[in-house]
Amino acid sequence: MNYHFNFAPILDQWPLLLSGIGLGLLLALVSIAIGSVLGLVVAFASRAPNRWLRSLAFTWISILRNLPILVIVLFLFFGMPQLGLSLDKITSFIVALSLYASAYMAEVFRGGLLSVPQGLIEAGQAIGLTSFRIKRYIVLPIMFRNALPAFGNNFISLFKDTSLAATIAVPELTFYARKINSETFRVIEVWLIASLLYIVCCYAITLVLRAMEKRLVLEKT
Amino acid sequence: MTPIVDVRDLHKRFGELEVLKGIDFTVTEGEVVSIIGASGSGKTTLLRCLNLLEEFHQGDVLIGGEAIGYRVQRGQRTRVGEREVARQRAMTGMVFQSFNLFPHMSALDNVTLGLTKVRGMPRSKAIELGDHWLERVGMLERRDYRPSQLSGGQQQRVAIARAIAMNPKVMLFDEATSALDPERVGEVLETIRSLAQEGMTMVLVTHEMRFARDVSDKVVFMEDGMIAEQGLPEKLFMHPESPRLQAFLKTSSF
Amino acid sequence: MDWSYFFSEVIANRGALLHGTAITFTVSLIAILAGTVLGIVIGIAVTYGNKPLRWPARLYIDIIRGTPVLVLVLTTFYVSSAVGLNFTAFQAGALALTLFCASHVGEILRGALQSLSRGQIEAGRAIGLTFGGIFRYILFPQALRFALPTWITAAVEMVKASTLLSVIGVAELLLSTQQIISNNFLNMQFYLLAGAIYFLIDFAIEQVGRSIGRRLEQPTRRMV
Repeated sequence: MNYHFNFAPILDQWPLLLSGIGLGLLLALVSIAIGSVLGLVVAFASRAPNRWLRSLAFTWISILRNLPILVIVLFLFFGMPQLGLSLDKITSFIVALSLYASAYMAEVFRGGLLSVPQGLIEAGQAIGLTSFRIKRYIVLPIMFRNALPAFGNNFISLFKDTSLAATIAVPELTFYARKINSETFRVIEVWLIASLLYIVCCYAITLVLRAMEKRLVLEKT
Repeated sequence: MTPIVDVRDLHKRFGELEVLKGIDFTVTEGEVVSIIGASGSGKTTLLRCLNLLEEFHQGDVLIGGEAIGYRVQRGQRTRVGEREVARQRAMTGMVFQSFNLFPHMSALDNVTLGLTKVRGMPRSKAIELGDHWLERVGMLERRDYRPSQLSGGQQQRVAIARAIAMNPKVMLFDEATSALDPERVGEVLETIRSLAQEGMTMVLVTHEMRFARDVSDKVVFMEDGMIAEQGLPEKLFMHPESPRLQAFLKTSSF
Repeated sequence: MDWSYFFSEVIANRGALLHGTAITFTVSLIAILAGTVLGIVIGIAVTYGNKPLRWPARLYIDIIRGTPVLVLVLTTFYVSSAVGLNFTAFQAGALALTLFCASHVGEILRGALQSLSRGQIEAGRAIGLTFGGIFRYILFPQALRFALPTWITAAVEMVKASTLLSVIGVAELLLSTQQIISNNFLNMQFYLLAGAIYFLIDFAIEQVGRSIGRRLEQPTRRMV
């Protein structure tokens, strides 16, 4: 194998790479925040007494989970202008990832809601709390704690999906990696470093989540 | 004097099955009433109708003279709204078989939640009252413990404090000791007994026959969705009239 | 919105669409099958292997799962040619997806196997089974039932991941769609069409998975 390792050209571009992964994290945080709020609404809708609301919720989840995220991104970025709605790259990507995330978060929260024992809701009713307050003080706190592991897994998954923004030229890490790849031809080095950056980032997120779990997750009584 | 609990011709169905077939029953202030009967007799359902955890469509339930769940307007029976139901539920206190303490809150927070959010008390006053009741049930030392750090008996005592701190007109106990280890049953029964002696109005669904006999002012025996016999504990336990009650007492350890 | 033009374009380009769908099917199938086989090996290694087996397997899973699929695809594509392996884009893509699938399946299997109680292994030993026998008759059948729903999800992920191969020039459905769009500019309609096709494929896989799952749930008859 005639390959001379030379990391210098890549390391020269270190600030670029860092900004790339920073942007990736930002995209992930914003999209997951929006997706979580949406997902929570859908999760509650999936348990509503109204049958149409329930069907709507399940349809939402089913469609978005079965679509490749790349198709959603391209549809929003290239397809929407045809309807007169022109979004810039980053906004399209955030909308796409938020919608995608909402379906996954809805599933996470649905599982969380199911894990809240009916007895606790009744205990809240017995002391005279309204159903809104029961949700606010009892159901939601418990649901979040129980759903944290699943939430964390999805968080990491969605963070990795931010790499797809590179396909519409959003300046995140993968985009810069491709650029450096074509400029320097230091193929192994650049992809090694890019992968490493993602892995380290995912690991860091895992550590944060694990710390949160230790503090918050409820032990079974 | 107005009875604290007044149940009139109460009927309840689960789909096709009629579980309560016309219950008439009253509890006066300070009275302790035990409801006994076999599984499926409807005793738990009856208790849960008293705080509207179960819906009923025929008959009336009055707590402290107020009809709960329904309002009659111009001869039409309409269901009362969400907020009203919540307010009415606060008139009763319930202790559950599976304790149902909120796992994400300390013992004290479990007790003060209702005080601050339902009764609207300022936090400091709620804590004062919460501590008072926790002490009363012997759990003051563990006020900052989470339910997962407490034994079953301790959890149930916190649950009692949570219910009684709301100053309900009547306390409802749904087989409060059935889920406890035998060693723990005593401490909870003792707590309930002392509250009864202080004049708390109570309705207990229980399997603890000896306890029912010692503590109750009145015992109600249910069979098949109806009250088969009711009266003074000495009478029901010593000289049961109905053959079904006689059979029931034979099978339960007494 | 000129739907008649859209329909005529669909028909005119049906060859490319069908060919693209076929490529999507093929590469997904290769990734799922090869990935599952490899994944089972890795899963066993990481759950039951001794240190020399377990550490590489664990490392493999953690590295691949910490990397976005797109980066994996691009890395495989570029690095393979740099080290002299002359893969076609299809081969490189299939390899990348296989490696990705294997890490997923390995992790799924690990989770399923670890959830089975130790007592079963001991009971198997007590009746004289070797580990091979224990695995084959006791552990694996249960792990299979347990892991099936998650494996179906992984299979669906593979189909969705196949879209990334468009980035390295593999003529699967998404790239074919983009090529069609470059000629007629019906972005929205054709992306919707592609989306619908992917949805149908994924939905079909889910339904198949569900019916297999139901079949497995049925209790086996016992002779008393």
